[in-house]
Amino acid sequence: MEKLLAWIDDRFPLTKVWKEHLAEYYAPKNFNFWYYFGSLALLVLVIQIVTGIFLTMHYKPDTELAFASVEYIMRDVEWGWLIRYMHSTGASFFFIMVYLHMFRALLYGSHRHPRELVWLIGMFIYIALMAEAFMGYLLPWGNMSYWGAQVIVSLFDAIPVIGPALSEWLRGDFVVSDATLNRFFAFHVIAIPLILVALVFMHIVALHQVGSNNPDGIEIKKTKGADGLPVDGIPFHPYYTVKDIVGVTVFLMIFAAVIFFAPELWGWFLEPDNFVPANILQTPSEIVPLWYFTPFYSILRANVYNFFWIDAKLWGVIFMGLSIVIFFFLPWLDRSPAKSIRYRGKMYKTALGVFVVSFIILGYLGTKSPEVVSLFWFKNVFWVQGFTVLYFAFFFLMPLYTKFDKIKPVPERVTWK
Amino acid sequence: MSNEVVNPRRRRLLAITSGLGVVGTALAVTPFVLSMLPSARAKAAGAPVEVDISKIESGQLLTVEWRGKPVWILRRTPEMLKSLPEVDPLLVDPESTVVDQQPAYAQNVPRSIKPEFLVLVGICTHLGCSPDKRLEAGAGSGLGDNWKGGFFCPCHGSKFDLAGRVYKNVPAPTNLVVPPHAYLSDSRIIIGADQRGTA
Repeated sequence: MEKLLAWIDDRFPLTKVWKEHLAEYYAPKNFNFWYYFGSLALLVLVIQIVTGIFLTMHYKPDTELAFASVEYIMRDVEWGWLIRYMHSTGASFFFIMVYLHMFRALLYGSHRHPRELVWLIGMFIYIALMAEAFMGYLLPWGNMSYWGAQVIVSLFDAIPVIGPALSEWLRGDFVVSDATLNRFFAFHVIAIPLILVALVFMHIVALHQVGSNNPDGIEIKKTKGADGLPVDGIPFHPYYTVKDIVGVTVFLMIFAAVIFFAPELWGWFLEPDNFVPANILQTPSEIVPLWYFTPFYSILRANVYNFFWIDAKLWGVIFMGLSIVIFFFLPWLDRSPAKSIRYRGKMYKTALGVFVVSFIILGYLGTKSPEVVSLFWFKNVFWVQGFTVLYFAFFFLMPLYTKFDKIKPVPERVTWK
Repeated sequence: MSNEVVNPRRRRLLAITSGLGVVGTALAVTPFVLSMLPSARAKAAGAPVEVDISKIESGQLLTVEWRGKPVWILRRTPEMLKSLPEVDPLLVDPESTVVDQQPAYAQNVPRSIKPEFLVLVGICTHLGCSPDKRLEAGAGSGLGDNWKGGFFCPCHGSKFDLAGRVYKNVPAPTNLVVPPHAYLSDSRIIIGADQRGTA
């Protein structure tokens, strides 16, 4: 056995990789609950890839056959319902894990120096994930699939000069059609998954280059023992692999509960309008994307006025694009000397709280018609505009409130709470 | 490396080779990019559609499919036509001055060849949903007592009148599109073609 390992190690750095990334990768010893979601997101990625492979064995990317082939998977394929529900529920859980993972960064400053690249690569993962989810949503060829794709591809129409030609090129037709379905299938099952896996690999490589952050937001590499290892670090394996297995167990219990008892989650994970085949003559009475896109969809709809020489339609697209792009700049917008929220003052805590509330309310209102009253006495569009302002204020005012915020002294060594 | 001498000839050859490499890569990528454009079949599928309009009752709307899009043919009542100038102040472009939104022969008050028959592409100019038909005037439409009849897009709340003209302060920027069309006889129209040829 040892001989075999030596034979391999001469030709492939197996032991080296094992040590560098697991057995001798030193992670801070004070990881808490929030540090589950990175590994859980990785788990969902694996679930999506495996279930996806088996779905492609039965699914047909053809407008005449797609809807029926999904129903065929649900009814006639052995265990097809389970594999399909794992995939559709997995999509929503992927976003839940990723949102919690990103929120952890905002709590403990994981996106800040020296982890800017970890954050930027992570943001590209998030965008690839959105593209993956959007294209996958067209595949069942339900009525919401069709009209959702119609609306999102039309966003590109708003780009001046090249917009209409660009959206025609994306669709491969003058409307969303068989050509569109076929190419979205190609992107969904091979192009974007390849990109996603490559980005996830880079995300982990970049993280292991700089080392993990921790709930105190301090660098454990600054305090090293006589052996040259960080005093506050413990090997990832076995300590954190075991911890993560606990997380996986709890995760799978919740995941299974949703799959078995509420796979549609009352319309939040699978929308009622998508159980009707696509009808190119009839838009569903309300077009709503799935929950993970609704905050941005709200921001798109918040813009109803023409300003300067730009019409409301283009403003909507600009603001929606900006609401995502602005996340990329977070490591540089934040000027606080303390990374972790534990040592930050009231200003950052308030700002983060307001941002989370805005994000959730925008998400909720994105599922409602803009002309209706869902919260107190004002129309949704009024609330959406207000919370859009707060959403952007979190970012644009960040250099100010993080600079003037009163911070507590940051300890040298990690603490236990 | 301080004693390294830059050989200008080698440098120039390197630059030329790299440049050619970039051009070659761009040429190699071109077929893949172009393969995503609408195919010859997709372009050919846009053939004109003939419709019998004699069966449409006054006040009724018929939906047909042209180029994968819904096309509405609305036979307007005299009251409906009379209401058109009344909403002018509420509209973005009551005179239909944006030329791309209709052929020249429909750039008039009813936006049609024969005032009675309105032909529209039933796709919102905002983000491509198909608006609801809210043809009846008044509160029964769900759009308030002052509603004169028209179309309401459920996606983002854009409103259009009974000639497909867009209201102010809604997300849609322009009037609904009148497709090229022509009368073959009193009872038949063709959508997607007119005197100037097939669109």
